[in-house]
Amino acid sequence: MKEWRFWLTENQGTLIAAATFAVMFAIYAGNHPAGFTPNVVQTAANKATLLAFVAMAQALVIITSGIDLSVGMILTLSNCLASWIVVGTAGETTLGIIGVLIAGAMCGALNGLIVIFGRLQPIVTTIATGAMFYGIALFLRPFPGGSVNETLADFLTGKLFKLIPMSFVALAVVILVVWVPYSRSVLGRAAYAAGSSEQAAYMSGMPVKMAKFMAYVLSGLLASVGGLYLTFFSYTGEAAYASGNTYTLFSIAAVVLGGVSLMGGRGSAIGAVFGALAFRTIGDLLFVFDFDPLWQPLFQGVVLLFAVSISAFGLFRVRNKLDWFP
Amino acid sequence: MSNASSPIERLMPRFLSGVDPAVVLAFACIILLLLVGALYSSSFLSPTYLLQQLKVASFLGVIATGMMLVILLGQIDLSVPWVVTTGAMMACAAASFGPLGAALAIPFGILCGAALGLANGFATAYLRIPSMIITLAINAVAQGLMVVYTGGFSPQDSATPAMRYLATGELIPTVPNGVLMWLLVGAGAVYLLTRTTFGRSVYGIGNRERAAYLSGINTRRIVMLSFVISGALSAFGGVLLAGYASKAAQSMGDAYLLPAIAAVVLGGTHVLGGRGSYFGTVAGVILITLLQSILSVMQIEEAGRQLIFGLVIVAMLLLYGRQKPA
Repeated sequence: MKEWRFWLTENQGTLIAAATFAVMFAIYAGNHPAGFTPNVVQTAANKATLLAFVAMAQALVIITSGIDLSVGMILTLSNCLASWIVVGTAGETTLGIIGVLIAGAMCGALNGLIVIFGRLQPIVTTIATGAMFYGIALFLRPFPGGSVNETLADFLTGKLFKLIPMSFVALAVVILVVWVPYSRSVLGRAAYAAGSSEQAAYMSGMPVKMAKFMAYVLSGLLASVGGLYLTFFSYTGEAAYASGNTYTLFSIAAVVLGGVSLMGGRGSAIGAVFGALAFRTIGDLLFVFDFDPLWQPLFQGVVLLFAVSISAFGLFRVRNKLDWFP
Repeated sequence: MSNASSPIERLMPRFLSGVDPAVVLAFACIILLLLVGALYSSSFLSPTYLLQQLKVASFLGVIATGMMLVILLGQIDLSVPWVVTTGAMMACAAASFGPLGAALAIPFGILCGAALGLANGFATAYLRIPSMIITLAINAVAQGLMVVYTGGFSPQDSATPAMRYLATGELIPTVPNGVLMWLLVGAGAVYLLTRTTFGRSVYGIGNRERAAYLSGINTRRIVMLSFVISGALSAFGGVLLAGYASKAAQSMGDAYLLPAIAAVVLGGTHVLGGRGSYFGTVAGVILITLLQSILSVMQIEEAGRQLIFGLVIVAMLLLYGRQKPA
């Protein structure tokens, strides 16, 4: 196979997600009462970035054929923590941000330790650790409140050169700093290998355990970046159970839309980012077309339902009925 | 898990040999919790308190029965929260349609749950979509439908007298009807699992669906039916809850997903399916209800309760829920 065709096949999911997003956003911007202006883009970008971070977090774990149902709670926990410590002078704020990131990575590390070295099922483990993270979040913020360094918050949610939304820049920086090196490293390749076939990866002498552990740690880290961003938008911390669960749910939807295979081993975090952007735009389309906001949860649920049903088309390729059963 | 060399089994007295060590451990924990509670306050061992706990446990017990069936198949049902709420809300909604509606309220609520379960089951069994994902999507759709129906507020319709009687009445003096309902559902589950072809097939599919299929079992139909039963039981749990609180409320089912999974898994049912007994689930349900009750009696705040709850589940799973090393 020629090299570019190989590349095309490998990135098919990501490209489809990017195209979906482009079409959705064109419809959105075309029908927006204010038209395609930097302000429209900025508002859309701010809402979407948050989900994009959580979707990346989810994608990293799903690539290793695991799942993390606690990402939403790590986001909530980071939000509550950030509303305490990301304040004060520049130095204090920096330390606070580092603290939040470390806390997120530690949440991910806990998940990873239990799943990989405790050999428990990822679903049950992350539901249980999710409850723990929510407990800590609630302990930090029994009532909504707190504050954040507003200068930094305004800078990071504003516009660069009055044109480019700063949140997209932050997203790009995180992709460049976290995802690109990771996916090109031995551990990143091992994570893909473990997702396709853990046994084969193990037999080939790949660092399977370390790769999966790293995936969980980075997932926690990215979720906490999402939590930081949530704090920058809302200026407060809130231990909201429902919104934490919603982020978990949406992260899975975004990952699926972004062409990451739920069986593991296929897709990329960049695809998940486009999936997140597309999913948010779909939600916003309802507002542009003047639907009752009450219908939004149902609409998003139906989109999610269709997104996950796409994988059923794989059944047509199955020649032997026994392959139905993994 | 219950091979002769497991450390828990070696510690067990001889007359218990042959019993699943997880079930023994769960019952031991129940006794331990009661003793700890008794140290705190002597009323913990009074029949009134125990019956009250059984009554609270009965809702979880009904919901966990359906969850157990699905977990035995090696699947999972994450749609519990909004199926419970749908069952409750639809039953209350039917009640507002005159005497005929009131008479059909309970079957209608259960039917709605069974319909959602059918969607789960069809997608899992025939479309081969991972149950973890599709049930999340169905949960989102059910939430969307209920938000549209109620307008985002708690509905005004209240439960019918029949629903209240089922949950709080006392057919046999001092024994609440909710407990009787759980007994009925539990007896049905035991019969189904141990005495029917359906039940044996469920265990067979949970162990190895491929082998079950090759043995001539219509595995897809059984998986679908199990999800229908799970949906119906979740909705029935919701109907009972609505009867108990005399009306339905938004997100009343949120508090039942983690406990239901935890009860099943703590009761020794293997997360990957194929192993487990209903008595284990009964033990798990009582254990979790007692744990929640004791934590609230000791006036530990919600934050601490969530934290301890998650910790206990992870700890108990690490004791006996581990997978075999790869």
